[in-house]
Amino acid sequence: MTYTERLRNVSVLGAGGKMGSGIVLLTALEMCDLSQKAENRELPFVLQAIDISHTALAGLMPYLQVQIQKVAEKNIVRLRQVYQDREDLIENSDIITQYIADVLNIVRPTTALEAAYESTMIFEAIVENMAVKTKVLSQINTNNLNSPWFFSNTSAIPIHELDEKAGLGGRILGFHFYNPPAVQKLVELISAKTTQSELLDFAGSYAKNLRKTMVPANDFAGFIGNGHFMRDFLYAKSEIERLQAEVSFAEAVYMINKVSQDFLLRPMGIFQLCDYVGLDVCQLILRVMSPYFSGENLHSPLLDELIAQGVRGGQFPDGSQKDGFFKYEKNRPSAIYDPKQKGYLSLADLQSRCDDSLGPLPTVFQPWKAVIALAAKDTFLQSYFGELQALNTLGAKLAKAYGLRSREIGLQLLSQGVAEKENDVNAVLTTGFYHAYGPINNYFSEVSK
Amino acid sequence: MKKMRRKVFMTAGYNTISMGTGRKEFHPKKARPGLEEYIKEAGQGTLKMIGGAQAVDEGVIGNFMAARFNHQGNLTAMIPVIDEGLRWKSCTRVEGACASGGLALLNGIKSVLAETAEVALTIGVEVQNTVKAVYGADILAGAGWYRGERKTGHAFFFPAKFSDRAGVYFEKFGRERTRRALARWYRNAIENARLCPSAQEYHNKSLDLEALALSEPNPRLFVEHLNFYDCSKVSDGAAAIAIVSESGLKRIGCSTKEAVEVLGWAQVQADLTVPVTEAFRLETTERAVQQALKMAGITSADLGTVEGHDCFTIAGIMSLEAIGLCKPGEGPDFVLAGNTSRQGSTPFNTSGGLIGWGHPTGATGVHQAVTIWEQLTGKAGDWKIDIASKRPYGLSVNMGGNDKTLVAIVYRQGQ
Repeated sequence: MTYTERLRNVSVLGAGGKMGSGIVLLTALEMCDLSQKAENRELPFVLQAIDISHTALAGLMPYLQVQIQKVAEKNIVRLRQVYQDREDLIENSDIITQYIADVLNIVRPTTALEAAYESTMIFEAIVENMAVKTKVLSQINTNNLNSPWFFSNTSAIPIHELDEKAGLGGRILGFHFYNPPAVQKLVELISAKTTQSELLDFAGSYAKNLRKTMVPANDFAGFIGNGHFMRDFLYAKSEIERLQAEVSFAEAVYMINKVSQDFLLRPMGIFQLCDYVGLDVCQLILRVMSPYFSGENLHSPLLDELIAQGVRGGQFPDGSQKDGFFKYEKNRPSAIYDPKQKGYLSLADLQSRCDDSLGPLPTVFQPWKAVIALAAKDTFLQSYFGELQALNTLGAKLAKAYGLRSREIGLQLLSQGVAEKENDVNAVLTTGFYHAYGPINNYFSEVSK
Repeated sequence: MKKMRRKVFMTAGYNTISMGTGRKEFHPKKARPGLEEYIKEAGQGTLKMIGGAQAVDEGVIGNFMAARFNHQGNLTAMIPVIDEGLRWKSCTRVEGACASGGLALLNGIKSVLAETAEVALTIGVEVQNTVKAVYGADILAGAGWYRGERKTGHAFFFPAKFSDRAGVYFEKFGRERTRRALARWYRNAIENARLCPSAQEYHNKSLDLEALALSEPNPRLFVEHLNFYDCSKVSDGAAAIAIVSESGLKRIGCSTKEAVEVLGWAQVQADLTVPVTEAFRLETTERAVQQALKMAGITSADLGTVEGHDCFTIAGIMSLEAIGLCKPGEGPDFVLAGNTSRQGSTPFNTSGGLIGWGHPTGATGVHQAVTIWEQLTGKAGDWKIDIASKRPYGLSVNMGGNDKTLVAIVYRQGQ
């Protein structure tokens, strides 16, 4: 079966979710491009967008509409060529409207899992639960006579276990998009020992056509991305517990968040990142990972407590941020949740006090956005962290310890065999998490000497 | 027309801000002023300097595509929006693509010559940021031949027309030297705009302008031979000026020294449906400028300053050759030698031109006249240049479409 034949009938499971909708978008665009090639014009291309929720599917279609329009606007030069034989399509606006219709025409939203029984390619982006995934994949596999391939978007569950439990015979691969798939360049590729090599070839072509950067991770729960993120979060959590001897919970959250963002030049602080991913999703990932790393305590009672109080984070369908550790106004943190008071405390009341305690940033500081755009980024980082190292403020101490721990986690991923190379760890953090530098670096190690 | 049958002056020029990307106030998702506000601001700016609406006999407004950008036609009836005193007066709207402003000036001039007006309030306006650039490109493509060219044309229709011209020019006269001159043109434009608070690039803080402008074009996303810096931006703005006779000057209490006199003008029309044959030159521009200079009785060597139509940097370079300031193919050397900079022999586009000040299409022709008036009467602010007494003339060149509709006007300070 050729690449094109494989993509003639595709199903995306969990199509109404945050990750699923992005996978539907990218795959439908790729399928539309294939369908517009001269040799394919008469062939039907079908993408079954399957979700258990009608509400989620209702949100999918407007999302696709808006995103396809953006893609069409950006690619208008090429699209004018694609539609050059259509005499009725003259202006850019005519062509963009037609392209949106053509892509949407491929997508069939449905709540019926049976729709996947005819597909040759299944993308799975459903809940991070081994039992649910196993049941759904196995049901499709039993009823589908095409021996379909399964690409799982799991960010934590080992692929070989899914393969064994669902009886897929090696027709499965971990193809982990980052959030949001339409924007994020990174894909983690997880191949189980049993994975058939043809799937890897296909994944290479598919990622290339989607202009994604594929980084291989070994088949250990959490892979590279969440392997780092979860441990990073647990360290941050332990730091707020430690700080609480001196300051309140909200102040500790503020300080560690600021240290992990501003002092360490990251795009967002660690607790803001948890809000972005969703506290409930973090909890699920920890639950999945925990049994595989029995020597580590991969569990957060704090997350459990917050979730029990209804604090979940995540995003609204329009992409705006839901409240979590922070309350958000115009997508910016404005208050911090206090589990004891079961409510939010205004940032304004504690910010300047905490900033004073942390002390100033290094004088050469530039915000993350400016740093990643620097032509001489490495030189800047050397001088920035050189200055940070010399500072003896609370903020600098916390930052140095945080940077060291992040490095330790990176090295742990190598020693555990999750990643093959230092570069793969660093690539996941810089590409998937937009860090200005990888965790395995010398900026902090020198501190320990 | 060989000779002016009576003297015609321009005075009391006013430019609004040219709004769009680059201005600090601009945010694509925030509400902005519309046509009415721009027309009102510019018109009132001029009325304030000439003693109010009662001094005005006629109104003329130049605009290209309000019908599509703003879903608004009948702009003639927008003139009384400026002031109640303009209600019931004679008003006209003219359109000639990006030369709409120039055509408005000519209508004002002709009204004064025909003695139907002693004072004609002349306005140009365009509000284009109502749509994204990719759709704006469709609207602006209306300056080309829709039935004959649009389907086969590029997504970015006009940038591609001038990119094609640049390609031909590169081939004939050399790419490397020309690209360096285009980059210098960009730098001059931005440096001038930084002096003029109403310019769209007034807030531009980029350090190495020429290096930026030398970025290689990306035909996958844009056009083959030009980059974004080679193009004027999408702008909202308006400009107004009073066109008056000698008795009009008396009526509004303005001395001749505070006005510029129109010494020559030309409006030359090419056929929209006939393809350009010699893409390396601007033939219609050449014809218009030569006619206007001839009517004024001067040569290009007498020009103290020029407002040229640099909708694209390559159009700026080619206009030097069309004006006769240098020979065909020598435009790049002329620019690289510094002649068109504000300290040069013939300062061009002293408030930034279309690249630097902005290009609210229907307003551009009027904005050019306002800038010339400011320079020749000493009213320019920080962007003021020294006008040599031996070369006291100004020239404005306003182009509609791909060198199709041309207006050239020669000015001198009133004596």
